[in-house]
Amino acid sequence: MKANNNIVNNKSLDETITYLKDVSRSLRIDVLDMIHNAKSGHPGGSLSSADIVTALYFHFLNIDPKNPRWEGRDRFIMSKGHACPIWYSALAEKGYFPKEELLTLRKIDSILQGHPDMNKTPGIDMTTGSLGNGLGAGVGMALAARVLNKEYFTYVLIGCGEMDEGVLWESAMSASKFHLGSLITILDYNKLQIDGTNDEVMPLEPVVDKWVSFNWHVQRINGHNYHEIISSIETAKKVIDKPSIIVADTIKGKGVSFMENVCDWHGKAPDDKQHADAVKEIKDVKN
Amino acid sequence: MIEKKPTRDAYGEELVELGRENPNIVVLEADISKSTKTCYFAKEFPERFFNVGVAEQNEAMVAAGLASCGLIPFMSTYAVFGSMRCCEQIRTFICYTNLNVKIAVSHGGLTPGSDGVTHQATEDIGVLRSFPNLTIIMPTDFNMTKAAVRAAVNHIGPVYLRFTRDPVPVIYGKDMDFKIGRAIKLKEGKDVTIVSLGDMAWSSLQAAEVLEKDGISAEVIDMPTVKPVDEDAIIISARKTGAVVTIEDHQITGGLGSAVAEVLAENYPVPMKRIGLKNTFAQSGEYELLLKKYGLGIDDIVEASISVIKMKGYRHLTKIGDHRDYESK
Repeated sequence: MKANNNIVNNKSLDETITYLKDVSRSLRIDVLDMIHNAKSGHPGGSLSSADIVTALYFHFLNIDPKNPRWEGRDRFIMSKGHACPIWYSALAEKGYFPKEELLTLRKIDSILQGHPDMNKTPGIDMTTGSLGNGLGAGVGMALAARVLNKEYFTYVLIGCGEMDEGVLWESAMSASKFHLGSLITILDYNKLQIDGTNDEVMPLEPVVDKWVSFNWHVQRINGHNYHEIISSIETAKKVIDKPSIIVADTIKGKGVSFMENVCDWHGKAPDDKQHADAVKEIKDVKN
Repeated sequence: MIEKKPTRDAYGEELVELGRENPNIVVLEADISKSTKTCYFAKEFPERFFNVGVAEQNEAMVAAGLASCGLIPFMSTYAVFGSMRCCEQIRTFICYTNLNVKIAVSHGGLTPGSDGVTHQATEDIGVLRSFPNLTIIMPTDFNMTKAAVRAAVNHIGPVYLRFTRDPVPVIYGKDMDFKIGRAIKLKEGKDVTIVSLGDMAWSSLQAAEVLEKDGISAEVIDMPTVKPVDEDAIIISARKTGAVVTIEDHQITGGLGSAVAEVLAENYPVPMKRIGLKNTFAQSGEYELLLKKYGLGIDDIVEASISVIKMKGYRHLTKIGDHRDYESK
């Protein structure tokens, strides 16, 4: 079984993008509701990766919410596990669990842990939260596809802050050693971490050159432009001899003006007024 | 002279056997396949062997990814690196996830003797024993290793298997019956119980012979599974002998000695001594000489046994604390 994701003409692409934008607005509102209700969580990175997650879950991933552990499914790892509110929201929207669960985020006995847990949440392929580690798990999943003769893709969403971690580069080297064409990594490059900008905390540039030198296929896109997200993933899927990374320039807190590009919104919950303002702003956006 | 063989050799051989039987077994290696003996598997199953280079953290993560897809990955390197270099990856991505990864490591304890402290694994068990879901085994000899590796495959969940670099005495037959979590009584006794880990079983049997000449009857219990430790075996033997000595090629903190002490303290307190490295790192040197120098020799087991027997019923004679007053508030 292979889902048909081919875009046959420009009109259907436009329709697809209109649909994805609608979905992403709804997911962004879920994120704000969840974090506001939990009184803790990470809105900045959830919102910066919202469009990438939307494109993956509502356009690309070959998955079956009724059978979350289907062996032939595409794998998705959110290595920047703190952005899980956007992931949970997407999973609920896909039908992995009832949407009512979303408001249990971070509460005791919830299936929605503060960071993703593969044994508690249906649809989550790998526990994450400790940074830098998701890519190595993705290498393992892509190797497993080869050993087991499966045709799935493995997608890994990484954050820029976790590029500070040494293990991530161990994984990057191994992915190119094993020619993992089925491994597609997307960098949510919002350029902010907790204590400040990447440049202040640990300069990462030249990011594209780093990945090129690790023998990866590299593309750079605007991570909030669906035309670019879709075409870059389609391109990455066609690369068969090496792993791919899409360096997606994003805005931390994207969609909520007072959160955008503000470090402080990495891991802080909005108060009642901020929450209401934020939700209103997202609802008011026209396609 | 008793025959001696390194347990890592048994691992390498058994892994090939298991690879023939089970297509889901895959092996990860961190550049030392000739030392860990995964080179045998690599030769026969190159498509199921992945050398990730000198990168143990990634090795553990790749293992987690492979296991999440239903495969049974063995990840090998030296014990010191396979436990502590990738410690948090083991804790969060293998134990918390409860994935079916087998961490099978060579050069356990002081066996990488001449390489020195950097390559000796003398804290690995102590660090790992606090991780939920993890089973920890140090097989006693060559034949038990084969059985233990096989048992690890049949056990669903993470397992840490610790092998020796050096040849160690072969005390079990080829058909030995190994069960995870089950101790094996090597010698009956009534005055003192000696609980040993891995190849220390042989020294314990030697010590028991020396004690026998002094009229002391020592019971020797081989405890290859440190976690979950065989509580029943410890309590039953302590109830009979009333005194316990543990010996392990590891720090006395956190490993077998601690596990036995916890069981006794909570169930059946008796005088006890732990033999192992006593809050010190060792140094370069031949394995056998290091054991002697750091108090893990046959004489040390004999001495500790005599001393715990003397403590029976005379615990009030301890001098510890005499020089210090405690004031109540």
